[in-house]
Amino acid sequence: MEESNVVQDQLESEVQEPDLVPISTAPALDRKSVRAEQRRELFRTPSFLIGLFIVLLWLACGIVPEVFARYPELDPVRVDGQVIPRAAPSADAWFGTDGTGRDVFSRVVYGADNVLINAPAAALIAVALGALLGLIMGYYRGWVDEIMSRIMEAVLSLPVILLAIMVLVVFGASRLAIILTIAGLFTPVVTRTVRAAVLTESQLDYVAAAKLRGESGLFIMLREILPNITNVLVVEFTVRVGYAIFTVATLAFLGLGADDVTVADWGTDISQSYDLVKAGQWWPSIFPALAIAILVIGVNLIADSLDKVYKG
Amino acid sequence: MFQFLIRRLLLAVVTLFLILVIVFALTRVFPSDPARQLAGPFASEERVASLTENLGLDDPLITQFGRLLWSVVTLDFGESFSQPGVRVLDLVRPALWNSAKLVGLALLLTLPISILGGIWAGYKKDTLADRSIVSFGLASASIPDFVSGVFLQFIIGVQLGWLPAISNAPDNASIFTELRYILLPALAIVFVYFGYIARITRAGAITAFESDYTRTAFMKGLSPSEVIRKHVMKNALQPTVAVTGTQMGYLFGGLVGLELVFNYPGLGGLIFRAATAPDFPLLQAGVVTVAIIFMLSTLAADLLIAWMNPRARISS
Repeated sequence: MEESNVVQDQLESEVQEPDLVPISTAPALDRKSVRAEQRRELFRTPSFLIGLFIVLLWLACGIVPEVFARYPELDPVRVDGQVIPRAAPSADAWFGTDGTGRDVFSRVVYGADNVLINAPAAALIAVALGALLGLIMGYYRGWVDEIMSRIMEAVLSLPVILLAIMVLVVFGASRLAIILTIAGLFTPVVTRTVRAAVLTESQLDYVAAAKLRGESGLFIMLREILPNITNVLVVEFTVRVGYAIFTVATLAFLGLGADDVTVADWGTDISQSYDLVKAGQWWPSIFPALAIAILVIGVNLIADSLDKVYKG
Repeated sequence: MFQFLIRRLLLAVVTLFLILVIVFALTRVFPSDPARQLAGPFASEERVASLTENLGLDDPLITQFGRLLWSVVTLDFGESFSQPGVRVLDLVRPALWNSAKLVGLALLLTLPISILGGIWAGYKKDTLADRSIVSFGLASASIPDFVSGVFLQFIIGVQLGWLPAISNAPDNASIFTELRYILLPALAIVFVYFGYIARITRAGAITAFESDYTRTAFMKGLSPSEVIRKHVMKNALQPTVAVTGTQMGYLFGGLVGLELVFNYPGLGGLIFRAATAPDFPLLQAGVVTVAIIFMLSTLAADLLIAWMNPRARISS
């Protein structure tokens, strides 16, 4: 619902000159200056800058965790040679220690990379596949479109998390399986959005002009329509990253996050200590939970600002 | 209207068939052998083989798929694999009822406040009130349900001690006690959905407020509350109804993490356990239940929209 409105509005803001101008430099230059203006506006939007700051901070944790972490990822904290599991937050361990005495703060830092690799990778593949299918279905229509739409509707009518559980139980929760599963399950939503955008574009004169020139379908899809729906794809990608983080974290929480559960991961770490919250030991699960919440909010701030700027 | 209903129902049947194909294909490639799982690791090969035959796992695929279709038509999925002797429906029914209670309470709390919030934000577009509702909604809606569940459990259940941190009400508890026990997971759902539904309603309300009929209504001297009640509501709420309909599948079957946090015996957790067991009849029955709920609720939403907007009836 929300997504289709987004598409409609975006298209109005970036329609090409409908004249019979062959693809010359004129519209391309125009597009370039529009892009530059949008970029300037983006960097003047506070919510975008906050979101960017959050995401960059977590990216730094993911790339060079050694800089931020105070203790190793896998070894317990030793105070005077002693391991103290489930110690409350203190100067020695800012976020306390978990069930085996590991530093929760360092685990949160080391846990960033997993979700920061899986979620964007899954979203990227989903957007690429969705763009391909959406272009073909929206441009050619016909019975292929009809059948594909039915299949996608069937996939969309079940919760992503249930299908992901079933697929990962079958194929095992390796990194590759997680990425491909989420990508596959997100593809129908992306396809629907792209297809709607392509349908609107196809009715514009520049597509009719290209057809009259005798251009091939492939050329029209890739060189005429695709450049005009990149905004849709960019917004779709950032929105999907947010949902992919949601899904990756939930799967990890259910024990389908990684083959090795000793490796730091926010969802996995919560799943190992969430039942201690009731006993008052909140720190091993609340801090990774906060990490997930903050990252997701950051990504959504970026997605929302992009959407607003593109709508104009 | 009648034609519209028939078309929608036929499409729903096609979709359900495709879902069955997907679920069947997935259960066919499961790595673990349910017969071996049932017989136990030390059972003889003959025992496993006879179990396989009893469960019908060595029948031709088309026969097995036919059996699945028949169980959907008759709504009888036979006995559970993981709990032999227990009928699958006797496991699904209580889980469905539990999910229905949780979802019902959550929607009862979410819909009024998010619709009011959304219309208020749309009416006061671009003011501080609007911005706060939109920003809070954006933040709360994007956080995974189990994460908000853990936060609420910690803050309201443990630190403040206002509500039970676990959702298992004692047996034979009164309805109010039971309500107290499921309020916390329901609040976690409210937290997730308030923002989502308020944002959708706000968008619908803005379109309705900017339209000609609303301007006319204001100009003929109606008070804002009258304009909202008589003219804005019916038009602004169409996207809200549509979105609520599409979210029912997720609410009934997708809250696996949240149910785990509160130890709540709902449908999502049942399907999760059936998938990991693996318990094919239970898994199939659970997924089919979620799919049927999704179809009925989107159909109900479409009918409600057709009633609210005569144009939707004609164009479809």
